[in-house]
Amino acid sequence: MLFFYHFGRYLMLLKRCFVRPEKYAMYSKELFRQMTQIGVGSLGIISVMSLFIGGVTAVQFTYQLQDSLVPMWWIGYIVRDSMILELAPTFSSLLLAGKVGSNISSELGSMRISEQIDALEIMGISTPGYLVGPKVLASMIVFPMLIIFAVFFGIYGGYMAGISIQAVSSEEYIRGLQDNLAPFNVRIMFLKSVTFAFIISSISCYQGYFVSGGALDIGKASTRAVVFSSIVVIISNFIIAALLL
Amino acid sequence: MIEVKHISKSFGEQKVLEDISATFEAGHTNLVIGRSGSGKTVFIKCMVGLLEADQGEILYDGRDFIKMQRDEKKEIRKEFGMLFQGNALFDSLTVEENVRFPLDMFSTINSKEKKKRVDEVLHQVNLEGAHIKYPAEISGGMKKRVGIARAIVLGPKYLFCDEPNSGLDPKTAIIIDDLIRQLTVDLNITTIVNTHDMNSVMGIGDKVIFLHQGRKHWQGSSKEILHTDNEELNNFIFASKFLKELKKGALG
Repeated sequence: MLFFYHFGRYLMLLKRCFVRPEKYAMYSKELFRQMTQIGVGSLGIISVMSLFIGGVTAVQFTYQLQDSLVPMWWIGYIVRDSMILELAPTFSSLLLAGKVGSNISSELGSMRISEQIDALEIMGISTPGYLVGPKVLASMIVFPMLIIFAVFFGIYGGYMAGISIQAVSSEEYIRGLQDNLAPFNVRIMFLKSVTFAFIISSISCYQGYFVSGGALDIGKASTRAVVFSSIVVIISNFIIAALLL
Repeated sequence: MIEVKHISKSFGEQKVLEDISATFEAGHTNLVIGRSGSGKTVFIKCMVGLLEADQGEILYDGRDFIKMQRDEKKEIRKEFGMLFQGNALFDSLTVEENVRFPLDMFSTINSKEKKKRVDEVLHQVNLEGAHIKYPAEISGGMKKRVGIARAIVLGPKYLFCDEPNSGLDPKTAIIIDDLIRQLTVDLNITTIVNTHDMNSVMGIGDKVIFLHQGRKHWQGSSKEILHTDNEELNNFIFASKFLKELKKGALG
């Protein structure tokens, strides 16, 4: 029963997000602030993570292909498709669930506890519209961009690793990258990144928006935001793969 | 003018407000007093719609707030100003941006006029020179003044203050009280102040309502309060040893 209570309240919150703004200029200002915070603020960690994931993928496939008849230029092909289809969208989203999700949840939670949300309500502002809407929208715009970066950094990481362990030459790796790129895979990547962005931001907003109590409860809400959004991301990742691949 | 008629509110089995009626006139500071947990904050939150009353009517110049639709409530709230107990200032905005926020959201005036209006209200609350400071960089008394400036910047008809003196030293508390009183008279607004500070009661209480265990136990002016024979009110007012001794001395 508790699940249905929270799910119903979550849907009601989402419904209240999409209202006519009191002033478009203020909403777009908030949207750009959120995009900067989520996007620029996460670029560093996404780059580092992707660089090493690409590297590890290259090293592991080199190990597995060593005594096989599969040509080594395939490493470029495998790293590229692994990054596009799975590693960049899923790993990046799980990382962002930790960073962005907890940030959103604690920001809204602090605003709730310190009565800032009440202050906005008293002014006649729709707080789901002004506080939740821009965060969800900003995530859905910025996550795909971050994941494109993750793909590029991952591929570059694979290149650096492949060259450094002398598993593949530069030309071979590039040949693998250019081989048989399926646009459908890229579409799946975008679908995953937008879906995961919506899941992470909306669940985190829900957890933060309805916090009650004190500082301890803000921490608990942040933890719930990260745990629940990570679980839902993994489940929806499977559903997308099962339905579309 | 605000009229409250037979307001009740419960949380589950617990009755927090029971059948409260009162009238609050414009141009007067109306105080709601009572012990912690007496229902003062719930009462004020019901009045502004942060909590929904279970029954009763709240009339803002004849307009029934409880029966209004969500959009109508949003509209009438533009006539409200509220000072929160913890100030509720936006941490990421400077003093000037905090005060300008309602203007940015609702006003159609240009930025030069907004700046002029912000300067005007900051002058009214004696807070010139703090424009670029963040809430974390100013004192408790200054935060209260920023909260008041933000509450009055759109020219509200109704001002609600929840424990405006909490956390302030007695001298600063008197300054804040005087400011609320002055704004109420100058702007002819209906002001409701939640407090348990007896200095406020004696200093600015044009009309005082005493809540006890969710019920209205007494109402009158600050002058009448000293001569009341209401036992609960006397216990509340003369709770401190100092005031008890003072009363004994005065009567002796």
